[in-house]
Amino acid sequence: MDVFAVVFFSLFSFACVYPFYYIFINTISDNKLSERGAVTWFPKGIHFQNYIDAFRIPGIANAAFISVSRTVVGTVLVVLSSAFLGYMFTSDTMWKKKFWYRFVVITMYFNAGIIPWYLTMMNLKLTNNFLGYILPAIVSPFYIILTKTYVESISKELREAAQVDGAGTLRVFFQIILPVSKPILSTIAIFSAVGQWNSFQDTLLLMTRESLFTLQFILYRYLQSSSSLSAIVNASSSSAAAMVAQAQTQTSIRMTVTIIVALPILLVYPFFQRYFVKGIMIGAVKG
Amino acid sequence: MGKARKAQGYKEFLLILPFIALVAVFAYFPLYGWIYSFFDYQPPLPFSWDSFVGLKWFKLLFQNQSYVNQTLQVLRNTFAMSGIALLFSWLPMFFAILLNELRNAPFKKFVQTAATIPNFISWVLVYSVAFLLMGNNGMINSVLKDWGLIARPIDFMKDSSHLWLKMWLWLTWKNLGWAAIMYVAAISGIDEGMYEAAKIDGAARWQCIWSITIPSLLPTFFVLMLLNISNMLNNGMEQYYVFQNSWNREYIQVLDLYVYNLSTSKPPVYSISTALSMLKSVVSLALLFAANGLSIGVRRESIL
Repeated sequence: MDVFAVVFFSLFSFACVYPFYYIFINTISDNKLSERGAVTWFPKGIHFQNYIDAFRIPGIANAAFISVSRTVVGTVLVVLSSAFLGYMFTSDTMWKKKFWYRFVVITMYFNAGIIPWYLTMMNLKLTNNFLGYILPAIVSPFYIILTKTYVESISKELREAAQVDGAGTLRVFFQIILPVSKPILSTIAIFSAVGQWNSFQDTLLLMTRESLFTLQFILYRYLQSSSSLSAIVNASSSSAAAMVAQAQTQTSIRMTVTIIVALPILLVYPFFQRYFVKGIMIGAVKG
Repeated sequence: MGKARKAQGYKEFLLILPFIALVAVFAYFPLYGWIYSFFDYQPPLPFSWDSFVGLKWFKLLFQNQSYVNQTLQVLRNTFAMSGIALLFSWLPMFFAILLNELRNAPFKKFVQTAATIPNFISWVLVYSVAFLLMGNNGMINSVLKDWGLIARPIDFMKDSSHLWLKMWLWLTWKNLGWAAIMYVAAISGIDEGMYEAAKIDGAARWQCIWSITIPSLLPTFFVLMLLNISNMLNNGMEQYYVFQNSWNREYIQVLDLYVYNLSTSKPPVYSISTALSMLKSVVSLALLFAANGLSIGVRRESIL
């Protein structure tokens, strides 16, 4: 059994890691070789021109800006709102608290479907609008459950002592709840950031203006299109890069953009793995 | 005191009111859009109350031969792919039990990190990986050629044979490691004393697994399986959307994707698409309650 386990997990891990390694070594290899599929295990003819040229792809800098903005803004807002609502829903005094809590949480279990949702967004003028990425994601029932559970575990005396001192609801929130909830909020932040970065469907449904396209979306378009982006990039490239081995091909552009889109996740994930695991654990207990 | 408390209660409600409004607008208000399935609504023409058609679209879905055929095909794909996933829903548990048997701690940790990475990349990236590895000049084709197994490259992306199985394999590649984490944690929660007692009684490793580990994991397995059953109709559209092309549409179109494709077809059929997605929502909600009822009946515990 030991041998079987080691072989099984070696193969599975290889299958999970190798594809990214393969694409990466191809992006730094001779572009003529990568186009022919001649680079499999080790990079050949190493150069980094692809990553310099990637910035010449029309629209990519803007898409990176949109992706980063929605990730940062969306994450900050959902963390604050989840912490605040999780805290407020532990209040003993709020008017009809139980009802409003259920009103929010039950939305996890249904959705109206993409067309009613799209038409709502259209009526709110949120199509072709950056806020279309942000506003629907501010309140997240699942994260609220997580923070509420966490705040409930903070000792009540701590909160009540502050209230006796005359601190209002908001001051207790900012000065006590927020700092104490850091562990759960980091978990939520990391989940939300990955979600925002990976989001694809909302661009597909809501946005037709190129200036609002995200990296995920333009990557998808590059994979679909047969048009020759490489020609545009090569034309605008400096003379040194016009060397055959470093001239862009369709494959080299697709691979380079893939790595650029995947890199933030690949770099961040191993360091934050424990936050992810913690998130799913708390969710499993209280979901 | 009572009055002050009440005032405080209203004040607190006012503080959360903006968030309640967001929920109302983005989660509840779209439900109102279900009325479009009873009207002949053709955007960008403005909606008119005079275009009421009653159950026309529902009848069309159930009586018009071409719609019936299309819907049956879509349902077949949906149930086939959900069914395959359901058949293999023991895999994460198997993965976790086997992982627990690894003796080498650094290797174990490496496996856990490597196996969970794909869960955090988007379907677009998964598609890109598939495209770049399985395309004409991808790694798979060049290795097969080097080994002399094929003379000409196979375009795996356009090939629609075994499509359900392939979609399941990509889904498993992406999710298996992550799905196993839940079981890994459950295993670490099992009382060590039970294993020690079993060892004293002379139990072999596989006996421990069979009579201690697996029975301890079954409740988790049961809950996840019920949730999977109630989600049978909701495969989501992203995976199938990115992998879809004109060669494989017949096999890849699941309900969620079909609803989307209807709304982008030319001319778009918003009303029919809304009618279908409304039926889907109602059926899956019913499935969820049935699963929950089953759970309460058998385990006296709610899964919601």
